[in-house]
Amino acid sequence: MFEVHFLEQHCKGCGMCVAFCPRKIIEMAEHTNDQGYNPAMVTDVSRCTGCAICAMMCPHVIIEVVEGGAA
Amino acid sequence: MPKGYQRPSTLVERPWHFCPGCNHGIVHRLVAEVIDEMGLQKETVGVGSVGCGVFSYEYFNFDGIGPSHGRAPAVATGVKRVLPDRLVFTYQGDGDLAAIGTTEMVHCAVRGELISIIFINNTLYGMTGGQMAPTTMMGQVTTTTPRGRGQAQGHPFRVCEMLATAEGAAYVARTAVYSPAQVVRTKKAIRRAFETQMAGLGFSLVEVLSACPTNWGMNPLEALKFVEEEMTPVFPLGELKVPEGVK
Amino acid sequence: MSEPILMKGNEAVAEAAIAAGCRYFFGYPITPQSEVLEHLARRLPEEGGAYIQAESEVSAINMVFGAACAGARVMTASSSPGISLMQEGISYIASAQLPAVLVNIMRGSPGLGGIHPSQADYFQSVKGGGHGDYKLVVLAPSSVQELIDHTVLAFEIAEKYRTPVMVFGDAMMGQMMEPVFLPEAEPAPIDRSWATTGMKNREKPNIIHTLYLPADDLENHCQRLFAKYREIQRQEQLHTAYLTDDADILVVAYGIMSRVARAAVEMAREDGIKAGLFRPITLWPFPDQALFQAASHAQAVITAEISMGQMIEDVRLAIKDKVPVELFNRIGLVPNPDEIYEAIKKKAQEVKVSA
Repeated sequence: MFEVHFLEQHCKGCGMCVAFCPRKIIEMAEHTNDQGYNPAMVTDVSRCTGCAICAMMCPHVIIEVVEGGAA
Repeated sequence: MPKGYQRPSTLVERPWHFCPGCNHGIVHRLVAEVIDEMGLQKETVGVGSVGCGVFSYEYFNFDGIGPSHGRAPAVATGVKRVLPDRLVFTYQGDGDLAAIGTTEMVHCAVRGELISIIFINNTLYGMTGGQMAPTTMMGQVTTTTPRGRGQAQGHPFRVCEMLATAEGAAYVARTAVYSPAQVVRTKKAIRRAFETQMAGLGFSLVEVLSACPTNWGMNPLEALKFVEEEMTPVFPLGELKVPEGVK
Repeated sequence: MSEPILMKGNEAVAEAAIAAGCRYFFGYPITPQSEVLEHLARRLPEEGGAYIQAESEVSAINMVFGAACAGARVMTASSSPGISLMQEGISYIASAQLPAVLVNIMRGSPGLGGIHPSQADYFQSVKGGGHGDYKLVVLAPSSVQELIDHTVLAFEIAEKYRTPVMVFGDAMMGQMMEPVFLPEAEPAPIDRSWATTGMKNREKPNIIHTLYLPADDLENHCQRLFAKYREIQRQEQLHTAYLTDDADILVVAYGIMSRVARAAVEMAREDGIKAGLFRPITLWPFPDQALFQAASHAQAVITAEISMGQMIEDVRLAIKDKVPVELFNRIGLVPNPDEIYEAIKKKAQEVKVSA
């Protein structure tokens, strides 16, 4: 089990994580952050494999992928 | 392959000034990751530039210098000669490095100066609003080549190919960050450049082909595609020079 | 004190820098300064330092910037056209508040000019040269010994205030030989906890930059710089006054010209003309109050310069136009004392103070 943490207020909604996630479990939220962007969010974290490609491609370095304790 | 990802500790946690989808952030992150992995955070002096890279010292959590436009290699030379055991690198765009700073870059390589240059090639001047750079491709429209770059504006400048001819240049590579595989290669190239420097093997430079969605008038994904399909034929990827010591 | 040694001005500057503890020099060859470069190319490696012959003066001044960031005592030297190329870097060094010593062995200008002695870079260095609100401390020695002493003083002032300091020589001083004493002790090292040396022993990074995008930040930065400059004006003004107390005709001259002017003043005194000499040693900060005082008895002031008249503007401001100020000048050479003496005599007749 992995947890995907987004620094939501720093997200600029570019969608790179959405495009590169092999599991297609990232989407842009409907709400906006304080900068006015729709931030990225994970829809079904249970399907995350922890590959961290989202973090690797995120140009704003707002994603961390950590192994969850209980699984 | 290890799972998960944590931000490198040598990146300050603050919002970037970069536009959505700009590749500068990826390269900043890779530089920070390599420095973390080499354990050099406290041994590093970074030299920024003027252009979109101007705030690099605000994002890196190590000593930093903001030089004048194009002069970063000369400033880095001064630092390195005083502190020969430190990791000294510059972070420069194509306007800064390949136009106004050409002299400083070339002679740094010719001297075999023990510094590394991280060079962002996005084919135009980003910060000032998308004017032609020496790296602008033939036919490419910028705010100062409204009909596309033609013969009268010259041809795109291939920095790596030129610097590779300098005997003092030990490691020269061109990479990109348009896909996860390319990001991995770019990180490896940055590591090899820094290893070349720390082993005293000579000058090193990594050119990273980088997307500028805002000034290209594209969305971030179209811009990555542009790098892959339009830029790499003009600026071929690969390691042009690798010293024995870091293979 | 040890025995005096005979040294050429340019070599004296180089040895003075080493004696002052400078171990880093970045420069570019240019007549009539090249011996500074040649001497340090040989000597700095012997002293465990580094010397680079840069690809241009633009690069040289930016290497100075980098070495100063790294906490080194550092110097460059050039001559007029080369100093022009360094102006951008000087503005950045001043704004970044870095200590650095710059030597200008001035030659004739504008353009490529000539290689003769000149004082035509007064405006460039004393009034600015680079862009923006900054000041450059400018020292004007008049002998090879003073070239040495002022080079050492330049390092002291540069480090005390974290600011660039320029030493003015000229083609004659750079090339002539005089017996000199080298200093025996270098200036004490200063606190350099601000330097970008890598974060060893520090938790927070040191950042050296010159960018202040918010208008308030830039205003505050300029105010801080100018508070420092006012302190330099209060503390560091230097001049000499020779026979000025009763002088009817006051000659104002600096550098090599002040030595010729002194001889001219003595000739005038022998003739019964009460002439005096005021010599600014710091051109910025200009010793304006001392000059005002020295001119209190004067009926006329002559500034003697190897330029078309540059310092004359500061002289007029200093004496507040109380008496006429005229220019005696030559271009491309250092005049003989008789030429200045003739100018003094003529002026004395005009203002009816001749013997």
